[in-house]
Amino acid sequence: MHASAYEVLASAASGTLSSFWLLIVIPAASGGILLLLGRRADRWGHLLGCASVGVAFVLGLVYFFQLGGLPATDRRATLDLFTFIQVAALKVDFGLLFDPLSAVFVLLITGVGFLIHVYAVGYMADDPKRRTFFAYFNIFVAAMLLLVLGNNYVMLYIGWEGVGLASYLLISFWYTRPSAATAGKKAFIMNRVGDAGLAIAIFVMFANLHTVSYDGVFANVDRFTSGTTLALGLLLLIGACGKSGQFPLQAWLPDAMEGPTPVSALIHAATMVTAGVYLIARSNPIFDANPTAQAVVAAVGAVTLLIGCIIGCAKDDIKRVLAWSTVSQIGYMFLGVGLGGGAYALAIIHLLAHGFFKAGLFLGAGSVMHAMNDQVDIRRFGGLWKYMKITWITFGVGWLAIIGIPPLSGFFSKEPIIAEAFDRPGWAGWVLGFAALLGAGLTAFYMTRLFVLTFHGPERWTDDIKHPHESPPVMTVPLMLLAIGSAAAGALMATPVQDWLNPTVFGVEGGEVPEHVHLSHTVVTILSIAITVLGGLLGWWLFRNGTSLQEQPAGPVVTAARKNLYGDTVNETVFEKPGTYLTRALVYFDNKGIDGLVNGLAAAVGGGSGRLRRAQTGFVRSYALSMLGGALLVAVAFLVVRLG
Amino acid sequence: MSLSAYVPILALFALATAFTLFSVGISQIVGPKRYNRAKLEAYECGIEPSPEPVGGGRFPVKFYLTAMLFIIFDIEIIFLYPWAVTFADLGLFGFVEMLLFIGTVFIAYAYVWRRGGLDWD
Amino acid sequence: MNGFTIATPAQVLAIDVRLPDLDYAAMAPMLVLFGAACLGVLVDAFAPRQSRHTIQFALSFIALTVALLAVIREARVGSRELTADVALAIDGPTLFLQGTLAVLGIVALLLVGERALEKGGPFVSQAAIPVGSEADRRQAREEGATEVFPLTLFALSGMMLFVAANDLLTMFVALEVFSLPLYLLCALARRRRLVSQEAALKYFLLGAFASAFFIFGMALLYGFAGTVSFGGIHDAALLATTSPLLLFTGLAMVAVGLLFKIAAVPFHVWTPDVYQGAPTSVTAFMAACTKVAAFGGLLRVLYVAFDRARWDIEPVIGTIAILTMLVGAILAVTQTDIKRLLAYSSIANAGYLLVGALAFSKEGLSSAMFYLAAYGFTVIAAFAVITLVRDDDGEATHLSRWAGLGREAPLVAGVFTFLMLAFAGIPLTSGFTSKFAVFGAALGVGEAWPVALVIVGVVTSMILAFPYLRVVVMMWLSEPAEQSPTVAIPGAFTSAALMVGVLATLLLGVFPSPVLDLADRAAEFIR
Repeated sequence: MHASAYEVLASAASGTLSSFWLLIVIPAASGGILLLLGRRADRWGHLLGCASVGVAFVLGLVYFFQLGGLPATDRRATLDLFTFIQVAALKVDFGLLFDPLSAVFVLLITGVGFLIHVYAVGYMADDPKRRTFFAYFNIFVAAMLLLVLGNNYVMLYIGWEGVGLASYLLISFWYTRPSAATAGKKAFIMNRVGDAGLAIAIFVMFANLHTVSYDGVFANVDRFTSGTTLALGLLLLIGACGKSGQFPLQAWLPDAMEGPTPVSALIHAATMVTAGVYLIARSNPIFDANPTAQAVVAAVGAVTLLIGCIIGCAKDDIKRVLAWSTVSQIGYMFLGVGLGGGAYALAIIHLLAHGFFKAGLFLGAGSVMHAMNDQVDIRRFGGLWKYMKITWITFGVGWLAIIGIPPLSGFFSKEPIIAEAFDRPGWAGWVLGFAALLGAGLTAFYMTRLFVLTFHGPERWTDDIKHPHESPPVMTVPLMLLAIGSAAAGALMATPVQDWLNPTVFGVEGGEVPEHVHLSHTVVTILSIAITVLGGLLGWWLFRNGTSLQEQPAGPVVTAARKNLYGDTVNETVFEKPGTYLTRALVYFDNKGIDGLVNGLAAAVGGGSGRLRRAQTGFVRSYALSMLGGALLVAVAFLVVRLG
Repeated sequence: MSLSAYVPILALFALATAFTLFSVGISQIVGPKRYNRAKLEAYECGIEPSPEPVGGGRFPVKFYLTAMLFIIFDIEIIFLYPWAVTFADLGLFGFVEMLLFIGTVFIAYAYVWRRGGLDWD
Repeated sequence: MNGFTIATPAQVLAIDVRLPDLDYAAMAPMLVLFGAACLGVLVDAFAPRQSRHTIQFALSFIALTVALLAVIREARVGSRELTADVALAIDGPTLFLQGTLAVLGIVALLLVGERALEKGGPFVSQAAIPVGSEADRRQAREEGATEVFPLTLFALSGMMLFVAANDLLTMFVALEVFSLPLYLLCALARRRRLVSQEAALKYFLLGAFASAFFIFGMALLYGFAGTVSFGGIHDAALLATTSPLLLFTGLAMVAVGLLFKIAAVPFHVWTPDVYQGAPTSVTAFMAACTKVAAFGGLLRVLYVAFDRARWDIEPVIGTIAILTMLVGAILAVTQTDIKRLLAYSSIANAGYLLVGALAFSKEGLSSAMFYLAAYGFTVIAAFAVITLVRDDDGEATHLSRWAGLGREAPLVAGVFTFLMLAFAGIPLTSGFTSKFAVFGAALGVGEAWPVALVIVGVVTSMILAFPYLRVVVMMWLSEPAEQSPTVAIPGAFTSAALMVGVLATLLLGVFPSPVLDLADRAAEFIR
């Protein structure tokens, strides 16, 4: 496709744009200050935290307009700050790139991030560690900005690790809960699997091209063999799946909402999970060069979006439902980037719209929990619309947006992806298209269930709740702003964002009308609206009178869904158990050194030095034996290699 | 290089082996055999032969200290002989080198002496 | 071929003495250290007891500084030569590694000389006194040995000789000169005497065993090449008139001796026990400096003597590297003692270094040297932190005792967190840049073996991140134990060592270029 035509444009940043490194430095510096000053910053720490992200947002807007003022072909600015690593052929610059794709992400991260920061001021008001929380929060944002602003894969990797680390700290923030600590650990491990994929991909690029910069790699994609592009694509996909919670590494994301609610909002809406989509969108020349890799991405997206929907239907925890809906929506984005061509931009649009409504939904859920003594069980909510009007309305807008009711944003962002999926030639188009369509119906069903059970129907509260109350303005104002975004973003953004991204980033010419292979666009639109309304109505009709308060026995499908489709069980049997056995076996073969030491210590404590002496010679003998064996093996190996 | 240079060594080796075998064998045959307990014990220089009694059996480390000191000076003398033979050829360089070597050994000696390594109490 | 041809009796009689040329300026770093060490022995013999520690520390510090200056002077002159006949090679790698050894030696010396943490210092005066005896109880109250300083200097002079040695015989002498003091130092821990003595004995016996392999290999190689000089072995391998059986068996045996010192699997078994039992400052010294010296020697042997046998070496040493990385990383996961954990991490790091070494290229050499320097600073700082976390029985090394340390001493826990992140290879620390450089160099070769090694390297470093993070979580996110250890206020020496280690870890992570450049310019052996 257009991969080999990737052009490296002359693009050193000039004018105002030459200072866009400030975007990263400001939140990072703020985080550093909050950590270094310690308790002295307790009183005003949260304000500094918000202000730094706010300033970054304003700066982002300035740079954005600056960039927009340039002619379409020149819309990119690079900054080489200094040479980071140089070992002969390998040269990695600490370099940044501000182009239309980065610009869109910068605005999302800082804009939505700022609103979440403000909300967190209220949400974390009573927490004694609020300052630390804001420090981690700022570092999280800074790392994410580094991720999207780097001009080579190593910079991306640095941001990638930074995001992982910050999320780990934030998820475990309430470490007094064992579940939070476990969730943090799970997030960390799953992310490591993804990181390994990304790291190896970077090394493969280096091994083939001796460069890791975007320009260097993309301009030379045609020098890769098709096997290499496939390997690269799959490795990058593993990285993206780890970060974005996609199949088969989806299990950590829903657990990650054990952290404070603003953290869930930030992870799910503005940062972290979008990193995987960014990675694949950024690497589009690699994926364009290998249709097989693209197809795998699309398939992963389709599978994940269905997994997310099905599990979302069976959950009763308000944050878990939202978390699985994130998994599912990111699945749509992966489906989009997997379809390639014009669908890249569609995926990015969905990502932006999702940023608004998912942030709104999570923060709304936080507001509900605030009113309900931090309970999360939607079976014990109900009738809340009377008590918290602002939350009800803003949550409602988010709900309609995510299920894709026109003219809210979800409709403009999700429906084109479904249509694009149907445009895939052959049976793949039918499969992907129907998966996406089915996902839309299921989404409508479980989101309606969530909304109705929470805000309508009879009040099924636990006894300790007397008077639910609306949250303070510091929390509701961000909710309202996000609701406005969720409502309007889709219609306003759809076309401009495509025009903004397609020519420069994805190499798609404007005005390209895709060929409709299976169904015309109108038919798809009607179908998707119909199935959405159907799902919504079904959800309302089933749950209009509330639901039973306890978990009911259910058939195999629902049970499987309640157990996350056995994802954890699979992980345990496939990865954890063999890992444990391997470790045990190694420990055993490692001369039982550990056991021996324990015995030795026991003997020492008991004063029986005679026993120890005997044991000691035994150890050295067995150590020496293993060395002798090793030496023989080495000698034999040399001779076999040489003479064999 | 030819192996003929080793023939005298080989001869010496053979001679030594023969002598050993002969003397051990002849004493086995003609020597009187009257065993007592001390004779049946394994020979170890100056210390109680193993196995030691349970719970005790420490022995003075002085024996080894002295032995090690002996080895140091032993090696010094081994170096001094060939040096003396080629003294004229090695000249001043060899002389200085040997002084440095002896000096190093004497540092160790001084340390042992000052720290009480030679006191036998 | 020089030196070591067998002299027939006829030749002995008509001896033709050829005195070696000695470039004293090039040998100055080693001579200074050796001389200072001898002087240190005399100080211990004659100086009054109460002033010994001060004199010894000052003497060692000055000697190391002078040695460092001598190395720098040599480097600026740009000398590249074989001296002392061909026994010593003064070239780029020698000077870079000697400089690294001098700097790391100074930092480690600060830890060895610290006496603020424990009355009488971290050492006892006599290693051989049986545990539990009256004399042992007496020496527990007395001041510790000041012999540690000359011993450290002897070890360092041996290490400097080791990286410069250009023939197997000199290398063997150097190996023993730096090993013997280490065996003794291991036995000197003030606390947990029995474990310390056990560690020393194990290290000694197994070290002697490894030395025997080395000598055996040397003999075989001499049989093959008729010389022990690396250049001579290289030439002989080129001509290959003799059976390669001798060459490869000899190489295998010599490699065993060296792999023992770098703690590669399956010759790693001593590492956890010795790291745990030795006094922590000595462990820090060993972990940083022994690794530098042993790898310097291994690199020279591989690159100078055996680069022709590269294709035969790669599969064997490559397999060892893979095993080393895997065993180090996986076993680190189950450790419950912080010193053992770092021991296994040091094993895994030996694997990463082997990846760089096996590149058999200039980049491989320079990145491995950079890695050695970067790792040395980090590991010394990490052990420096361990000396600070103490309870009534000395250092509290069991991981459970570290729970909640972040609340007790946020600064120390913060520093340790940073060091753990560096070990885990998180970007913006030297751990990332050094791993990146090594893996990058391996891939730069563009062949199958290095690629496989790098993949294993990446995967194991991901595994290794887990135990490190567990320590971090333990410190910050766990409730403190009932009787949590106190964090001692570091003395000036430990503070300085910590500061240098942490700063180096940070600077080499953010601005690694100057040192990478230096290593790159130095990365050329002479033959």
